[in-house]
Amino acid sequence: MEKLEVKNVSVSFDGKQILEDISIELNRGELVCLLGVSGGGKTTLFNVISGLLKPDAGQVLLDGRDITGKPGTISYMLQKDLLLPYRTIEDNVALPLLLKGVKKREARAQVGPMFAQFGLEGAQKKYPAQLSGGMRQRAALLRTYLFSRDVALLDEPFSALDTLTKSAIHGWYLDVMEKIRLSTLFITHDIDEAILLSDRIYLLSGQPGRIVEEIVISEPKPRPADFNLTPRFLDYKKQILSLL
Amino acid sequence: MRRRNIPAFIAVAALLILWQGVSMLGLVPAFMLPSPVEVVRAFVKELPLLWENSLITLQEAFIGLVMGVAFGFLVAVLMDAFEVLYRAFYPLLIITQTVPTVAIAPLLVLWFGYEMTPKIILIVISTFFPVTVGLLDGFRSADRDAIGLLRSMGATRVQIFRHIKFPSALPQLFSGLRIAAAYSVVGAVISEWLGGFGGLGVYMTRVKKAFAFDKMFAVIFLISGISLGLMSLVEYAEKKCMPYRHLDKKE
Repeated sequence: MEKLEVKNVSVSFDGKQILEDISIELNRGELVCLLGVSGGGKTTLFNVISGLLKPDAGQVLLDGRDITGKPGTISYMLQKDLLLPYRTIEDNVALPLLLKGVKKREARAQVGPMFAQFGLEGAQKKYPAQLSGGMRQRAALLRTYLFSRDVALLDEPFSALDTLTKSAIHGWYLDVMEKIRLSTLFITHDIDEAILLSDRIYLLSGQPGRIVEEIVISEPKPRPADFNLTPRFLDYKKQILSLL
Repeated sequence: MRRRNIPAFIAVAALLILWQGVSMLGLVPAFMLPSPVEVVRAFVKELPLLWENSLITLQEAFIGLVMGVAFGFLVAVLMDAFEVLYRAFYPLLIITQTVPTVAIAPLLVLWFGYEMTPKIILIVISTFFPVTVGLLDGFRSADRDAIGLLRSMGATRVQIFRHIKFPSALPQLFSGLRIAAAYSVVGAVISEWLGGFGGLGVYMTRVKKAFAFDKMFAVIFLISGISLGLMSLVEYAEKKCMPYRHLDKKE
């Protein structure tokens, strides 16, 4: 894909406006964050983009093609890893391929080589309950990636992890992203996470959700591990805090 | 034997010893309550006859169980797929279960005769219910978010059923199956009481009329043995089908 565009999307439930005239875009290979308070309609926006929910107004375009209300093109990953407890990691990860009609054996063969890249060596035959939280999120991310190598929506994917695991997975995540270049739209309410990972940040206000500002994080990638201790990082943080 | 089974083993042994003692001391007339040793003796003596009749009962139970499970599965899937069917038939389903089996069995005999048919119908009626209810609960317990995730991947309803709903319902299905397996044997025996040409139920009525209490007890134990056997078969299948429920959590 070259470009994902969300144009003038508005959604309301029971007469209450949830999203008001949202327009955002995501270019190839970019990592863009939606940052805002909880309950700001971020998840609703993701449901619209993934096609699960039809907006009251507006459009979702992928390379100029209208995909509003049509699920099945954009992959979606939630805070809960949603790995199926009754399937091995290998079969969980292969699920998108199985849904597309690929035979089980073939699907397993295709996902096999990806395990190393995602730091999941040796986990193929294990069940989700046997893995740590960080490993499970990685597996979920691999599944997301296998569904669509174009664009992924990640809804607070790391917010359920503890601080130490989280900072480890951030480093890993930036690393993987460098390699696979997956265009990603990322929801978070964690300002540090947003600055650390993103190329751009959209700030979303709550009730109704509106885009209040777009901030470009011009720090080159790969970013050093101590980026979040630099003055530049703090400048970004101050700017965001003043706007929220 | 596993260590945690020892208390149960001791309890059963104590009960048998107590029973034997009561019989030997003549506290209860011997013809009314035969001692365990006499029951075992009767069992061994009657073994060929019991075996022959068991096969008939087992055959009925098996056919009835398979049909009952298949029917229960079909009903559950349809009721899950169409909300209208759920609303229409769920109350009816509950009502069928409040009618005691022994009450409808004579009717079935009158309608369908002394052959296999009424017996199988009775078993189907009593076994489909636990399967249907178990599956319905299981389908409803499926993770909404997981279903949403599959929908976002463009999964069809059949795919959602296959990858989410059905596997989520397996634990409840197996609890239902365990009950159904026990019901199938009891159902077969009850229907044989009310008329038939062979089977453990027929054997039971025969020895009852002869006041052969020792044989009575022998067949009672045999029936509960068969039920237990079937239930442990289900348990075995459960472990095979759901290895992820029996993991040790170590990494």
